[in-house]
Amino acid sequence: MSAPTTTAPPVVAGPVTAGRTAIRSRWAPYLTTFRYLALFGLMLFFLMPVYALVITAFKHPAEVSVSRMWELPASLSFASFAAVWPKLQDGFLNSMMLAIPAALISSMLGAMNGFVLSKWRFPGADAVFPLILFGMFIPYQAILIPMTQTMTSAGLRGGLDGLILVHIIYGLPITTLIFRSYFVGISDEIIEAAQVDGAGMLRTFAFVALPIALPAFAVAMIWQFTSAWNDFLFGAVLTNRNYWPITITLNNIAGGQSVPFNEAMASALLACIPTVLVYILLGRFFMRGLMAGALKG
Amino acid sequence: MRRIRKWGPGLLLVSPSLIALGVFVYGFIGWNVRVSFTSWRGLAPKYDNVGFANYRALAHDPRFALDVKHILVFTGVFVGGSLVVGFLLALLLERGVKGENLFRTVFLLPMAISFIATAIIWRWLLDNSGNHDTGLNRLLDLIGLDFARSDWHKTASVWAIAAIALPAGWALSGYIMALFLAGLRSVPDDLREAARVDGANEPRVFWHVVRPMLWPVVMSAVVILAHISLKTFDLLYAIDGKNINVDVPALYMWFTTFDGGFYARGATIATLLLLGVGLVIVPYIWYTVRSERHR
Repeated sequence: MSAPTTTAPPVVAGPVTAGRTAIRSRWAPYLTTFRYLALFGLMLFFLMPVYALVITAFKHPAEVSVSRMWELPASLSFASFAAVWPKLQDGFLNSMMLAIPAALISSMLGAMNGFVLSKWRFPGADAVFPLILFGMFIPYQAILIPMTQTMTSAGLRGGLDGLILVHIIYGLPITTLIFRSYFVGISDEIIEAAQVDGAGMLRTFAFVALPIALPAFAVAMIWQFTSAWNDFLFGAVLTNRNYWPITITLNNIAGGQSVPFNEAMASALLACIPTVLVYILLGRFFMRGLMAGALKG
Repeated sequence: MRRIRKWGPGLLLVSPSLIALGVFVYGFIGWNVRVSFTSWRGLAPKYDNVGFANYRALAHDPRFALDVKHILVFTGVFVGGSLVVGFLLALLLERGVKGENLFRTVFLLPMAISFIATAIIWRWLLDNSGNHDTGLNRLLDLIGLDFARSDWHKTASVWAIAAIALPAGWALSGYIMALFLAGLRSVPDDLREAARVDGANEPRVFWHVVRPMLWPVVMSAVVILAHISLKTFDLLYAIDGKNINVDVPALYMWFTTFDGGFYARGATIATLLLLGVGLVIVPYIWYTVRSERHR
């Protein structure tokens, strides 16, 4: 795990291409053509489900037929969206109300942990870190029974509070990792300078470390928001129908056999919008979160 | 005393997180293992001690045996497939192509979509019911590849679950591409250049210079994919959770515990699942942390 800056792909610079021209054989033009063809083909495969999703969601319900499912709609229709939104909106709001605080608090705690584990180490900090990391890889089935028991006796089952708490706690390993990797890449001198100036740990953290860790904050927030939004398992055991997150609502609406395809696709599309929007707008930070998830700083 | 004053505040700052994780990860794992040694059935918890009876019962449980077979088939096809596709994508993009950002965005897009939404889309694409072909089969008809049509996960064989590697691979190949792309691009250019000056052609440069440096990436990719594969739950649940041909330990645990009330059996399956994941992930964490320290 090195400094987060190393994840940015290095620009392919001039000398590389220049150096290759010497060896570039007569096959080179064909290779380039082949490369684009292959990429284009693979892109079509990756877009195929997205295509089916989007065109079906925008078809007029009367136009939806199994044999013509791959054909473009004759005209754009929002009827399917109008039909499913009333059923979906509670789940949508619930997920917003749980994913945002879960992401914020988990990131904040992760920032503190990451700072301490890299810049204000206590004896045994190196032994504690792998133990924290383990938490992000466990199959949640292995804690599900004790967790539901505990949340029930704590009176935190049914509503959103318990679900938020659980997302915060199980988000800690990855947020800690993201911030620790980030702070490891920052020189100790900045921290030491603050100490020389007489700042204590909290002041050093709040006024020196935190302001420069904004990129890491974006990475952690996005990761946590996405995983809380996309979670199904915790929501399924911890909430009752008034507080179902979007994934549960979506599965209930679109999972049945008798649901028209256009409504299923419209619901799935609506449920994806927030995370896909975040991905498109802040893709760079999303990528770094992915790298952190593989323990690649 | 002076030293405690120095690191004490740091420990204090992280202690809420450490305690929370200690309880919610390690405490709960221990508790779950405890439940696996009981005969708890039904809503009221029961903490007796039946030793390894639940483990022995699972060893003779045909459904669990089937689940293990399924998860092995799924892991093989899904990990192998995603690895090949992800590596291919990275190789195609490595030297910089026009529109690289667009390609990358498309290949990684499925990562932003929940497994539930992925399942909703793909359960339609993989549908085989009705009188007319639909979904993927319909598409194969249209482009003249109708010989490839299939019943996908509805096939009545142990290979049915291999069809689920299609949506799972669709979701995760882009991630593997990103890992390989970062790995390929971290190979210093002067190393390749030196090999070229020595007269090596591109395939040889790849084989002798790049390939040896990619092993850590391959290892990460395999570990990440394998542990995701063992944990797969939402995707299978929403595509066809009640289909015994795609049943896996994670689903069995869910249904037997929360629908059937067989808490002890559920805890036993969960413990075995954790052991499987731990076998893959613990050496990986150990290796990662150690190599960081040696740097």
